[in-house]
Amino acid sequence: MWQAVLALIVKELLAVLKDPRSRMVLIVPPLIQLIVFGYAATFDLNRVPIAVYNQDHSQPSRDLVARFLGSRVFTQTAVIRTARQITPLLDARKVDLVVSIDPRFTRDLLTHRPAPVQLIVDGRDSNTALIILGYANSIITQFGLNWMRGHGAPAPPALLDIRARYNPTLNSQWFIVPGIIAVLTQVVTLLVVGLSVAREREAGTFDQLLVTPFTQGEILLGKGLPGLLIGGVEASVIILAAVFWFDVPLRGSLLALYLGLFLFVAAVIGIGLMISSLAVTQQQALLGAFLFMVPSIVLSGFATPIANMPPVIQELTWLNPMRHILIIVRGTFLEGSGVHAFVPEYLALAATAALSLLAAGWLFRKRAY
Amino acid sequence: MNESLERLTGLLRKEALQILRDPSALAIAFVLPAMLLIIFGYGVTLDPHRVALAVVVEQPDAVTHSFVAQLRGTPYFTTESFSTIQSADRAFDADRVSAIVWFRSDFTRRLASRGAAPLGIIVNGVDANTARLIEGYLQQTWANWLAMRSRERGLPAGLPIDLEPRIRFNPAVRSRDYLVPGLIAIVMTLTGALLTALVIAREWERGTLEALMVTRATIREILLAKLVPYFLLGMGGMVATLVLAVWLFGVPFHGSLLVLTGVSALFLLAALGMGLLISSVARNQFVAGQIAIIVTFLPAFILSGFVFDIGSMPWPIRLLTHVVAARYFVATLQSLFLAGDIWSVILPNALALAVMAFVFLGAARLRARKRLD
Repeated sequence: MWQAVLALIVKELLAVLKDPRSRMVLIVPPLIQLIVFGYAATFDLNRVPIAVYNQDHSQPSRDLVARFLGSRVFTQTAVIRTARQITPLLDARKVDLVVSIDPRFTRDLLTHRPAPVQLIVDGRDSNTALIILGYANSIITQFGLNWMRGHGAPAPPALLDIRARYNPTLNSQWFIVPGIIAVLTQVVTLLVVGLSVAREREAGTFDQLLVTPFTQGEILLGKGLPGLLIGGVEASVIILAAVFWFDVPLRGSLLALYLGLFLFVAAVIGIGLMISSLAVTQQQALLGAFLFMVPSIVLSGFATPIANMPPVIQELTWLNPMRHILIIVRGTFLEGSGVHAFVPEYLALAATAALSLLAAGWLFRKRAY
Repeated sequence: MNESLERLTGLLRKEALQILRDPSALAIAFVLPAMLLIIFGYGVTLDPHRVALAVVVEQPDAVTHSFVAQLRGTPYFTTESFSTIQSADRAFDADRVSAIVWFRSDFTRRLASRGAAPLGIIVNGVDANTARLIEGYLQQTWANWLAMRSRERGLPAGLPIDLEPRIRFNPAVRSRDYLVPGLIAIVMTLTGALLTALVIAREWERGTLEALMVTRATIREILLAKLVPYFLLGMGGMVATLVLAVWLFGVPFHGSLLVLTGVSALFLLAALGMGLLISSVARNQFVAGQIAIIVTFLPAFILSGFVFDIGSMPWPIRLLTHVVAARYFVATLQSLFLAGDIWSVILPNALALAVMAFVFLGAARLRARKRLD
């Protein structure tokens, strides 16, 4: 039996790799996506254009402005002389933040009254707005603490001592790049497996395959295992790129990572075979793969946290293999976890794989005749 | 001319029937947009709320109690109390809490004697964006607590600066209000570029386009007949998304419908041009689908400013975003919905879209010749 399956696997691999166009699809898009996602998909801000409206022309306010301009996050793109300039600059999106320092700023500082500073932010991109406010807030807090120290004021009773564990510099790339391993492995495996049966159906060779002495189980294996192989290679290449190109630390055990990837790819193959056996044409298979992929990526915690979603949708994400593999990938990369940390995830993935493969086998039998 | 018009109506009828009879075309035009809208509208938000905080109080007293009450009073946090840092650490490692606030046993003593008592905060940095937002919320709570404390004691304010943040256009800072308008660009990219590329590539594959070429219909008529139905589908998608955005998700719309329609039409023409161009380059559904996803759909998602800030990207990628039509459309959409008809945003972006529509449609027209190769 194994010899027969091996022959089928070789045939499948040849079918995918010999055609220059489908070979290109396996190599070029994942590479482009890796680079684009790795570099563009970041929530970290830098060079945010700001304008300063300093109505208090004295040393303390100039120090405050210098702190803003000295930070990597902000660059000044306009200087405001009259209040009327503020609105057009913000409206035209020329600047994202206007720091407006009140004329009483220094006087109030010296007389121990709260010195007014206004921050006006463009809220059209509300996430960026919140992060800009966070940065501005800490610059101003630092300035305030410094001022108190320099002018003999008593220190505030308590200070925050903030540390970020696992990612001390809060680099978004460390969050996004390990996620790409899961996303791209899914995309490639799903396309290879999902289109394989549909392509044979379109070409009419599927009927030929059915009249050979292969059992249906063997055909399924022959269709599924190439996906495992290709998915495994693809995942390994991206893992290497994450570690050596993007410098994301891989702190946990490779065994835990690969066990998770194996179960994940098995689940994706099951889903791909289900799509494949339901679709009559390649276009339908492509569409089916797309209809599965979009929600599975959006509702996985890849870019936006699951914890922010409504409770019903949070429950739904348990069915999503991507959710579990993301926990495993990020856990092994950043948190340095081992196999024992992911028992629930492994179980969920194994259950999805078993169910989807069984369903695919059943659909296959139903659709074969 | 009359004969030409007759041919055109005939072709249009054929295209319309083809769309209506093809379940996958309707799926891309209606099911996918509806699904995207619901997933994004309900599922995607970047604003953390009710963040699970572990509060470790080694020695509870009035001071720690007032701080914890301040934390509980904000809508951002739910707190879980621990008496040792070890037990909180275990909850942190099991991902039950996203951050730890740690009052060490000498906190109140140091606060009373020398001040500047360190309050330990540990955030989970794996999700850097959320971590940063949580830090911001904690800082704000701390500043409020300081101000409240000095007010109670009649001391000068905790910090010497009175910060007044004002967020224009989206004062409630709901991330949904900026994500949902951007979705119009995604939906129109799907119908304009992906669907058009797929369907016309299929005609190349099946040879039905060649069959059209031997008729008396001119290439201009054939192209026009292809464009009109998908243009209408795309505009339909825009209207449906607008209606759902405003009625279902309560996103404000401050601009004028006329401007929205005009800019959408320009973007759709550019997207249709890209779809036509892709199909005539690929002439194969599988490859056309792949190219369409890579050069239209993914950029509309990642490189358009829909979710990620363009200004913060590295310069080669920032340069690349200038050839992404969705970039100009998303910028206009966000302004139209949240700010209104701001001409200093609309005019340059509309101009860029017009140029792109002209270039892509022109290129598609040039490539489409009545020839068989």
